[in-house]
Amino acid sequence: MGKMHIKLTVNGKEEELLAEPRELLIHVLREELGITGPHIGCETSHCGACTVDMNGKSVKSCTVFAAQANGAEITTIEGLGNPDGLHVLQEMFKEHHGLQCGFCTPGMITRAYRFLQENPDPTEEEVRFGMSGNLCRCTGYQNIVKAILAAAAEMNAAKEAAQ
Amino acid sequence: MNEMTPPKEERSAALKGLGCSRKRVEDARFTQGKGNYVDDIKMPGMLFGDFVRSPYAHARVKSINADKAKALPGVIAVLTAADLAPLNLHWMPTLAGDKQMVLADGKVLFQGQEVAFVVATDRYVAADAVELVEVEYEELPVIVDPFKALAKDATVLREDLEGNMEGAHGPRRHHNHIFTWEQGDKEATEKVLGSAEVVAEEMVFYHRTHPCPIETCGCVASMDKVNGKLTVWGTFQAPHAVRTVASLISGIAEHNIRIISPDIGGGFGNKVGVYPGYICAIVASIVTGVPVKWVEDRMENLMATAFARDYWMKGKIAATKDGRITGLWCHTTADHGAFDACADPSKFPAGFMNICTGSYDIPTAYLAVDGVYTNKAPGGVAYRCSFRVTEAAYFIERMIEVLAIELGMDAAELRAKNFIRKEQFPYQSALGWEYDSGDYHTAWDKALKAVGYEDLRKEQAQRIADFKAGKTRKLLGIGLTHFTEIVGAGPVKNCDILGLGMFDSCEIRIHPTGSAIARLGTISQGQGHATTFAQILASEIGIPADDITLEEGDTDTAPYGLGTYGSRSTPVAGAATAMAGRKIRAKAQMIAAYLLEVHDGDVEWEVDRFVVKGAPERFKTMKEIAFAAYNQAIPGIEPGLEAVSYYDPPNMTYPFGAYICVMEIDVDTGEHEIRQFYALDDCGTRINPMIIEGQVHGGATEGYAIAMGQEIAYDEIGNVKTGTLMDFFLPTAWETPHYITDHTVTPSPHHPIGAKGVGESPNVGSVPAFSNAVHDAFRAFGLRQAHMPHDHWRIWKIANDLGLHG
Repeated sequence: MGKMHIKLTVNGKEEELLAEPRELLIHVLREELGITGPHIGCETSHCGACTVDMNGKSVKSCTVFAAQANGAEITTIEGLGNPDGLHVLQEMFKEHHGLQCGFCTPGMITRAYRFLQENPDPTEEEVRFGMSGNLCRCTGYQNIVKAILAAAAEMNAAKEAAQ
Repeated sequence: MNEMTPPKEERSAALKGLGCSRKRVEDARFTQGKGNYVDDIKMPGMLFGDFVRSPYAHARVKSINADKAKALPGVIAVLTAADLAPLNLHWMPTLAGDKQMVLADGKVLFQGQEVAFVVATDRYVAADAVELVEVEYEELPVIVDPFKALAKDATVLREDLEGNMEGAHGPRRHHNHIFTWEQGDKEATEKVLGSAEVVAEEMVFYHRTHPCPIETCGCVASMDKVNGKLTVWGTFQAPHAVRTVASLISGIAEHNIRIISPDIGGGFGNKVGVYPGYICAIVASIVTGVPVKWVEDRMENLMATAFARDYWMKGKIAATKDGRITGLWCHTTADHGAFDACADPSKFPAGFMNICTGSYDIPTAYLAVDGVYTNKAPGGVAYRCSFRVTEAAYFIERMIEVLAIELGMDAAELRAKNFIRKEQFPYQSALGWEYDSGDYHTAWDKALKAVGYEDLRKEQAQRIADFKAGKTRKLLGIGLTHFTEIVGAGPVKNCDILGLGMFDSCEIRIHPTGSAIARLGTISQGQGHATTFAQILASEIGIPADDITLEEGDTDTAPYGLGTYGSRSTPVAGAATAMAGRKIRAKAQMIAAYLLEVHDGDVEWEVDRFVVKGAPERFKTMKEIAFAAYNQAIPGIEPGLEAVSYYDPPNMTYPFGAYICVMEIDVDTGEHEIRQFYALDDCGTRINPMIIEGQVHGGATEGYAIAMGQEIAYDEIGNVKTGTLMDFFLPTAWETPHYITDHTVTPSPHHPIGAKGVGESPNVGSVPAFSNAVHDAFRAFGLRQAHMPHDHWRIWKIANDLGLHG
């Protein structure tokens, strides 16, 4: 099958690669670029383990062709923080025991990162609805919701302090 | 020096030992996307395997033509049973003493069964090639009903066993029958039933479902032909057992096999078994000489890897008129699918189903379980429960409710009346177990008080009156459960898997500067072992948990153990950890005494040091002792500070709990709303309350799914109707209830630190709580028993059948 020339910006870094037109974004990220934070849990868009941020929107990269992402800005869990400076969501997931096996966590945090930009001051109910595209089998969500609300509070406090 | 020593309490807190909600050490890498799961493994030249699977539930395989597939560029090989037969690997032993086809050998017995294994350079090419393999089938009659499977003229499913009437668990009485397992006193129980004042009888069905961890199963097999060593990374809940089984069936010497369980994305029992994909990837790597990866997709996971439950439990419960239970009888028909691949200790073909007398003092009981073959996927694993314990708990907690209806009695009162009393422990159950400890009445009273039980009943009575008066269309259900688990398998005298005793192990090395590494025979799948086992050790040896590395899952480095499932890690490996810690401390005591120039008996342990009795200013800290162990020649003592413990538990542990669910039900739509869910757990000594709470949230959510919508359903010709996450219910954050957690503490008397294990209690306890809430809502209208899962349609149907739609 002929390959397409694809350019992406992933976590701030420009990447160029060749991919078949049918190749999925998740496979390009994981196998071509070695970005293994986003995971594959269902391949039918239900579980959200593969969630990445594409041009300012949460997408499930298991149902996006790499070709559709040509020219896009992609942010994955790897781009949110680093060992010297974790994103506040990463901190709060640790603090509030918002993860267990860790498999859904990268997608979960990446979705929460976008959700808190869509709705910076959500209620618990809004968090539960806004996160309903991401499945977790270990935590029962209660501590995930707690972590996201705590992150929102912290981010809002920081914003206020800066103003 | 003494002035500089912080007080005991401060030093103890600094250890982050037992009882503290220590933050998890695993989380730094998981929150940054730096976990290392099997599909993250990438090796030079690695090939990808993919399966051709049967579209039919029962068919003869007439021919397989792989020519077109092999001609596709990038395809390296296509394996069929004919290729595996010369190696004697076309069939493999199951954990239950049966055997299972690795690749279809003449016929297929369930939809999704593995027929051929394609190996290609790329996962897309492999998928293309799967489509090009031509298989000719001849359809055969399909049996999906275990009762029909036992009909005299039923089709023979397992032709390979025809005429063999002696199975792995005793005689087979029919060609589709696997075993009969009996416990208790049949004659005495029938006598009690025959003369009882009241007998309630019911068929309780616990439907087939699936553990469905968010990461599917998979492996990477790498045969290094230069040094003759096979390494397999995989989603294994029991890596050592996998190594031994791999050695036995492949003929490769065990020291030349290295099994590594990397990070595992949830298991819940699904990753205990050995699957054809593992065997095929290993064979493919041996044949090609390069690493081969096989990772199943979600449909394959739901269709072909281990299911759970599928028990038809016929029950009879006898009582006096005033509600004293006198006997329990249960006959279970267990649908095991096409191969008996249950993961139970060898002597327990129906797991610990004989815990079905539950929390109650029932003097006489009898249980019989018939295992049956059908055209469904094999499995029968414990989905976040100890072996078949959730089936047992669901059965007894339904029977109690049915008996309460029969007696016209309040179900909470009936339970309290029959609980095993605190002073009866250790308690010998009629079906053969010795319950270690419990205080059920205290837990029950606490739970009833916490939810305001009496007020809830008053509200319910008012609601029923309002409903009858046409003022509301919503009913209120109060779901009660008091469960007793049996976990921590188990004593080697009666617990083994394929002959391997179910002990577990811990090995500790203290480094010269006073930090440590501990390795265990278990493997975490999200339970947080690296966090909690270090806490056990911190309290035992006085080294801060933060200074202890914990490793599991690599059979070349970890001591032998039977792995993590059945809530056995804390009861067994946790005990081994404490015992190994005590060995370290015993040696440290001798070193300390030598350094302090006193007799061994003249020093005593205090948090993180040995202190001379009566002279608190004279002491040696564990850190000082560790250094001395490596730099001083101490007469009569070997250098170094290491210990290993293999722990064979003297008994199982028996965690228990009281769960109450308050549910609103819309009679016209069948929709429900969980108004309150209260979970009280008693898991003995609590190691890390934060992790316990997380386990309860997660297990209760699985229970919610199972009770309220999740199932593996088949149509009458064996098609899987719930093979994707569109149809197989996994609750989202939106519908998942909020949980209130609570606890009592009744330590296990035989466990070194008194811990009992908790990971599975919430699944065991919550399923009957949710289901009983549905039943309770309709009790006043005559409902006795309705099968799970209670999805909207089925609840609507209950209301409709009861004539509540006018």
